[in-house]
Amino acid sequence: MSIFIDTDTRLLVQGITGRDGSFHARQMVEYGTQVVAGVTPGKGGQKFDDKVPIFNTVSTAVNETGANTTVIYVPPMFAADAMMEAADAGVKLIVCITEGVPVLDMTRVYPYVKEKGSRLLGPNCPGLISPGKSKVGIIPGRICTPGRFGLVSRSGTLTYEVVFQMTRAEMGQTTCVGIGGDPINGTNFIDCLAAFEADGDTEAIVMIGEIGGTDEQDAARFVREKMTKPVVGFIAGQTAPPGRRMGHAGAIISGSAGTAAEKMQAFEENGVGVAKRPIDVVQLLRSLN
Amino acid sequence: MNIHEYQAKEIFREAGIPIPPGEVARSAEEAEAIARKFGGTVVIKAQVHTGGRGKAGGVKLAKNPEEARDIAQKILALVIKDLPVTKVLVTPAADIATEAYVGIIVDRASKRAVFMVSPAGGIDIEEVAAKTPEKIMRHAVDPRYGLQAFEAMEMGFFLYDDVKQARAAARIMQQLYRAFTNSGASLAEINPLVTTPAGDVVALDAKMVVDDNELDRLPHVESLRDESSEAASEVEARKANLTFIKLDGNVGCVVNGAGLAMATMDLVKYYGGEPANFLDIGGSSNPEKVVSALRIITSDPGVKAILFNIFGGITRTDDVANGIVTATRANPLQVPMVIRLTGTNEEAALKILKDNGFSAMTDMDQAVQKAVSLATGKAA
Repeated sequence: MSIFIDTDTRLLVQGITGRDGSFHARQMVEYGTQVVAGVTPGKGGQKFDDKVPIFNTVSTAVNETGANTTVIYVPPMFAADAMMEAADAGVKLIVCITEGVPVLDMTRVYPYVKEKGSRLLGPNCPGLISPGKSKVGIIPGRICTPGRFGLVSRSGTLTYEVVFQMTRAEMGQTTCVGIGGDPINGTNFIDCLAAFEADGDTEAIVMIGEIGGTDEQDAARFVREKMTKPVVGFIAGQTAPPGRRMGHAGAIISGSAGTAAEKMQAFEENGVGVAKRPIDVVQLLRSLN
Repeated sequence: MNIHEYQAKEIFREAGIPIPPGEVARSAEEAEAIARKFGGTVVIKAQVHTGGRGKAGGVKLAKNPEEARDIAQKILALVIKDLPVTKVLVTPAADIATEAYVGIIVDRASKRAVFMVSPAGGIDIEEVAAKTPEKIMRHAVDPRYGLQAFEAMEMGFFLYDDVKQARAAARIMQQLYRAFTNSGASLAEINPLVTTPAGDVVALDAKMVVDDNELDRLPHVESLRDESSEAASEVEARKANLTFIKLDGNVGCVVNGAGLAMATMDLVKYYGGEPANFLDIGGSSNPEKVVSALRIITSDPGVKAILFNIFGGITRTDDVANGIVTATRANPLQVPMVIRLTGTNEEAALKILKDNGFSAMTDMDQAVQKAVSLATGKAA
């Protein structure tokens, strides 16, 4: 098994004719994801790469193709509308790759999507991959391999680094999820940990956090209180100065809150194995047996 | 993006919030002229993008125009937390009866804009929150309806017993919320919100931080940017679409992706070096970006070694290799460089580098150790 996506995932790509959307749509098709539809307003009726039907709106795309998941590659100023359109059309899983969505837009999108009963992943995330089954987003397929470990992360390339080292050490993955680096996102660590806990195939979980907010601290408590499976973690930003945004909109130490030290302490206190370096994740997983 | 107090005050004033008059001076003479115009005692306040101005000597009273000139001269010569003061705000000194705090932030936990108000104003609100949390009232605004009058009144009564003052404060909060949303802010703050001996409620200070992601659609807010108050290297980086933060270390880092960039800095520290910067070249791998990145990093005299750490996903490592070759051909490096790259088009990238006399590594830890030993002169 896996979490959130598998071989039943029927994917819609919003912004399929754009530069990023078209590139990654091809990568996903190549990986084996069932890409059933695309949406680009004004290009309804055309086909993407002579195969995937394009629609003007998400609701027609869903009605015609039975898409149950969407991935969004539209520019930041249109992303909020794209997420809400997908939720309104009843898409159950909405993955927003777009970076740069204004946070005040997200204060409206978050409750809207929740009320419609959809799950939102992102924005500003690399998406997710269930190796050998389906990939939604931009995580390079070749660095992953099927296996028994779950991974959840706020980062993109740092996730690739860790997944790649796991794969080289023959530690395959059930699902790798990038929840994104923005201050307000649809799915948090706890949502993913709970899903991995319920997934029969996942034996242990890797959690990659960073400075800013309290999501990792809350997740650490959740691990102690609600989980039976072991969790190991890494926190990026131990050398980050306070008050500066470290690339990700959400990666900022406010005053004295949200530091890496505070998060690593929360990990330790709640029985989450702490990796001092990314490579240590592999050692920690190995020591679980 | 940070804006100055005088700019935030202008925005608040337009929203209807009562704010005493004030003018900006760029020289001691201008400050003197403004003080003469206002008459009486004035406050002279450094306009810099940092807190703690008062403690650094950046806020002072002047009893007459001559004193205003002398004080302005001293404040304009200050450097507060590495930021040179180039402007001061001159404003008539107000008589203060009480001081309160009113602020709005985007709260990650509730995923909403949240008001924080406190009758204990004039001091650091984090300190109030830590020591006397009962003196703070919070209210998360439902974005669908905005701040309702009765909600604002509840907060108004938390600050003041007097109904007139509570009403005045409530009105200010609604105006502040409008200014906050219309400006795409992530923080808006009045500290202190004061009452005068006559009973009026007035905003004496103003602070606003704008969400960078809003600037594309709010050109009138973007136009408030003051590049003279930012580090030159950070201005150049922004123009090249790089995310760059200068630090004081010896290893210059060029990385793709924010999380990996932070992890690379941490690893530099782990192996005994100090990162000289945070630099994320982003996902698209335009060789031009690499050229800009190297120019910015090599202009820092503290950098003793340069470390590239590229994990190619969307980023094509051959593009990065081409950027390195182009940049170093134009400006030969004066410090050693360690290149680690792996991922998309790795073979092509390694060949490009080799053909041009560079060597590259594929393991992150080994590369960081080598860069640290080159920067510190100690063996890895």
